[in-house]
Amino acid sequence: MTNKIQYGFYFDATRCTGCKTCQVSCKDRKDLPVGINWRRVYEYAGGQWNQNGDGTVSQDVFAYYTSIGCNHCSEPACTKACPTGAMHKRREDGLVLIDAEICIGCGSCARACPYDAPQIDNDKGIMTKCDGCYERLAEGLLPTCVESCPQRALDFGVIDELRAKYPDAIEPNIAPLPSTEITHPNLIIKPNRNAKPTGDKSGQILNWAEV
Amino acid sequence: MKRVGPRGSGQFERISWDEALDTVAEQLKRITSQYGNEAIYALGGPGAMYSFSNRGCLNRLLNLSGGYLGDYGNFSFAQYIKACKYTYGAEIDYLFGSSVAEMANSDLVLMIGHNPSELGMSGSGQGYDFVRQKQKNNFKTIIIDPRYTESSLGKEDQWIPIHPGTDAALVEAIAYVLITENRVNQAFLNEYCVGYDENTMPDGVPYSESYKAYILDNPVAGDLTPGANAKTPAWAAPITGIPESTIWDLAHDLANAQAPFVQVAMSIGRHSAGENNVRTAFMLPILLGQLGLPGTNHGGIPMSASMNVFSMENHAEAGDDANAVKKRISFFKFIEAVENGKDLTVLKDGVILPDEELDENGDGKLGTDIKAIIAYATNRLINQNADVNYSRQVLADDSKCEFIVVIDNVMNASAEFADIILPDVTYVETEDLVNQGAVAGDTATLVQMSTSVGPMFESKPLYEMCVGIAKRLGIEAEFTKGKSHKQWLDEAYAATQAMNPGLPDKDVMLKQGIYRKYLPNGAYLSNKAFRADPVANPLPTPSGKIEIYSERLAYLAKHWELPEGDVISALPKYVAAWDGFEDEATRHDYPLQLGGYHTKGRVHSSYHNVPWLREAVQDAVWMNPIDADQRGLKTGDQVKVFNSRGTIEIPVKVTPRVMPGVAALGEGAWLKMENGIDKGGNINVLTSHRPTPLSKGNGQHSIRVEIQRA
Ligand code: SF4
Ligand code: SF4
Repeated sequence: MTNKIQYGFYFDATRCTGCKTCQVSCKDRKDLPVGINWRRVYEYAGGQWNQNGDGTVSQDVFAYYTSIGCNHCSEPACTKACPTGAMHKRREDGLVLIDAEICIGCGSCARACPYDAPQIDNDKGIMTKCDGCYERLAEGLLPTCVESCPQRALDFGVIDELRAKYPDAIEPNIAPLPSTEITHPNLIIKPNRNAKPTGDKSGQILNWAEV
Repeated sequence: MKRVGPRGSGQFERISWDEALDTVAEQLKRITSQYGNEAIYALGGPGAMYSFSNRGCLNRLLNLSGGYLGDYGNFSFAQYIKACKYTYGAEIDYLFGSSVAEMANSDLVLMIGHNPSELGMSGSGQGYDFVRQKQKNNFKTIIIDPRYTESSLGKEDQWIPIHPGTDAALVEAIAYVLITENRVNQAFLNEYCVGYDENTMPDGVPYSESYKAYILDNPVAGDLTPGANAKTPAWAAPITGIPESTIWDLAHDLANAQAPFVQVAMSIGRHSAGENNVRTAFMLPILLGQLGLPGTNHGGIPMSASMNVFSMENHAEAGDDANAVKKRISFFKFIEAVENGKDLTVLKDGVILPDEELDENGDGKLGTDIKAIIAYATNRLINQNADVNYSRQVLADDSKCEFIVVIDNVMNASAEFADIILPDVTYVETEDLVNQGAVAGDTATLVQMSTSVGPMFESKPLYEMCVGIAKRLGIEAEFTKGKSHKQWLDEAYAATQAMNPGLPDKDVMLKQGIYRKYLPNGAYLSNKAFRADPVANPLPTPSGKIEIYSERLAYLAKHWELPEGDVISALPKYVAAWDGFEDEATRHDYPLQLGGYHTKGRVHSSYHNVPWLREAVQDAVWMNPIDADQRGLKTGDQVKVFNSRGTIEIPVKVTPRVMPGVAALGEGAWLKMENGIDKGGNINVLTSHRPTPLSKGNGQHSIRVEIQRA
């Protein structure tokens, strides 16, 4: 199946300060409860400290953030895992959406997605997820997260156009994200100077409580 | 609402507006007639930034009813403006340095504690400007901070972690390198400065009192041989935690830079020796002669674009607005003034009295206790003031401060200490102009609030409360001048428009919402005129020059009464002060320094009650893995953070982003006292209400604690 067009996100990790405005403005749009984050901002950091014995210290500390919604992947693991077809990829623009009418809330998609994008709403018993702000797109607007970012670190559009617009951006094989081989995400990232490759062991996600 | 339980118990009962305003008016009348107008204290804060319906209304009301005890200084930069005053001559004028845009002309930006990406929630305009300038111009950036801040994250070329409050020791060691390697700008020091060496001492002050002699610890002019207490990098290394070689390299980087831009954060002033920290940091551009030239900065915080807005208090037409009470206290002394204001003095406590009340030594007493507090849009009655347990204890006694009114739109720790709570509107319930604060960066923004809902439930805008009180005090006509709220708003808008040519008419703004203005010519360079011609454009110091040695401070050092350990000095100096890195009295019991930073999760204490923000930014105490290992702690463990003043209980976050020996906690969390332990994580349970020596301001960043598993 080929889509007519394929939407995707751009993220500039050299600008992002981890302020979470994207995360919170997204929640505001759909009034999402605490615990459900369609956009998540991962703090990845590491480095060693050395106490020099003379009261001074040395270090090689690094840190950077990665803001992630749903990548509306070209080979979505979520749709493949979904037993009912509720999780589906739209032909006209490649957005991966959930049909709430047929979702049984089994959580298969959430377990399959390596980006933690599907977020279960336990109260309603259905899965929820970044929908690319398709309603805003229909009005000619950009997704809320993109427009709210005070650093203008996010962009959204037809992925091929984003690739042309941001020649510095690369496929997101960057820690803490998984290999792009799994789902072929429609996400490109301008890497932070501190960026480590996917699978890196020198750092870790520090803000599990926040994502 | 009116209090029904003991003061501070948080027990209230809903009453009518009539009863509330009657009570306020009666109490104000009673207290002014019994104790005088100077027993009334108006506590303000940045909780509401309206142009019109803000504390200008309240102050005007109090002025019209005979005045109130004023204050000076503020929580952000009390110490900093004193450093500006005694070094560069004026307080506010030199608070602001070159704008962020001027960094474009620099090849080295040194940020001492400066953190533009966290200064304002979501980073502020300055944060945006900094990232843009850095990415466009790629100047070398060195950040000195105990935390690897959000301003770092790869934007820095070098991060130098430093023990909190020891910045002055670092600067002195750099000064040592510059002096001994003859890298200071001697011609600049001779022409523009007072007190550097034998060429520039004030009359009658010997070389031994000069900055050069102090740094070298050698009282002999012309002799560069350092004494035993010379401020060498080897001396500064264990104090700052910075390796000696790093200090040498930093000094050389600064000396080699064509146009070093030195940015001194306000935060280093909020330490127990804050004024001296800031004055010392100003020495870097001064010794290098790198100020007033393209790409440089005298140290001040970035000049932001700003707009002037109308305030009812300063409204030219009003005329009758002067405060009849001429006594003032430091903003940071008000709890002491409740406890024992009578005995606060000029020389001991920094009280300001009118000349006729001073004795032959220039001393005198405040002579009155604070008996009533009106707190508007502020949480600094309790939450944001230092030493929460002390404030709570003093304010709980309603025989001391007999009446407390809190005007706010949230029930916070301060409101719990009110006798009467008057519910204010929120931004979205009223029409008013809102001006962006001082961290706006190169773009100023004015926001026109409009509303389709009006005041919700029983809340009212402050102006209308003031009208109600004025009516009961018999001064309604003077207060309103016969104008309606709407007429005042229109007039306030027109006055604001006159001050800001280009601001569209109100009906346009009501639709468009936002008006922006950019810095003229894109950048501001501080001290340009002085540098170009110091004779024609002298500084407002007594000498007209930069005062490294301040005769005014030499005088204060001799005459003011300071507690043991506090230092006011003619020269800028590193002082190992209370609760600092070297403080012997506390460093053994409380081995960790605790840094209180601006968290992204709220603006000071505002919006702490928004669950989405609490989720987005966890309130946990940061701890280095080395310190955590020593205590057997891992991320998520519940810990007690404590010192002699109190205990808080929160989760710990183990992170390499804070240096060993230092913990860090975002300030502003709402107090949640349970059996004497704060489960809310309010850092002010741990801060000291002891004021800094010169400004009598808040040394709230000098905190020592121990952390243990809860
Ligand atoms: S990011 Fe996850 S949820 Fe989104 S399309 Fe890819 S696999 Fe599916
Ligand atoms: S709003 Fe922008 S800067 Fe803030 S966390 Fe999201 S992507 Fe990063």
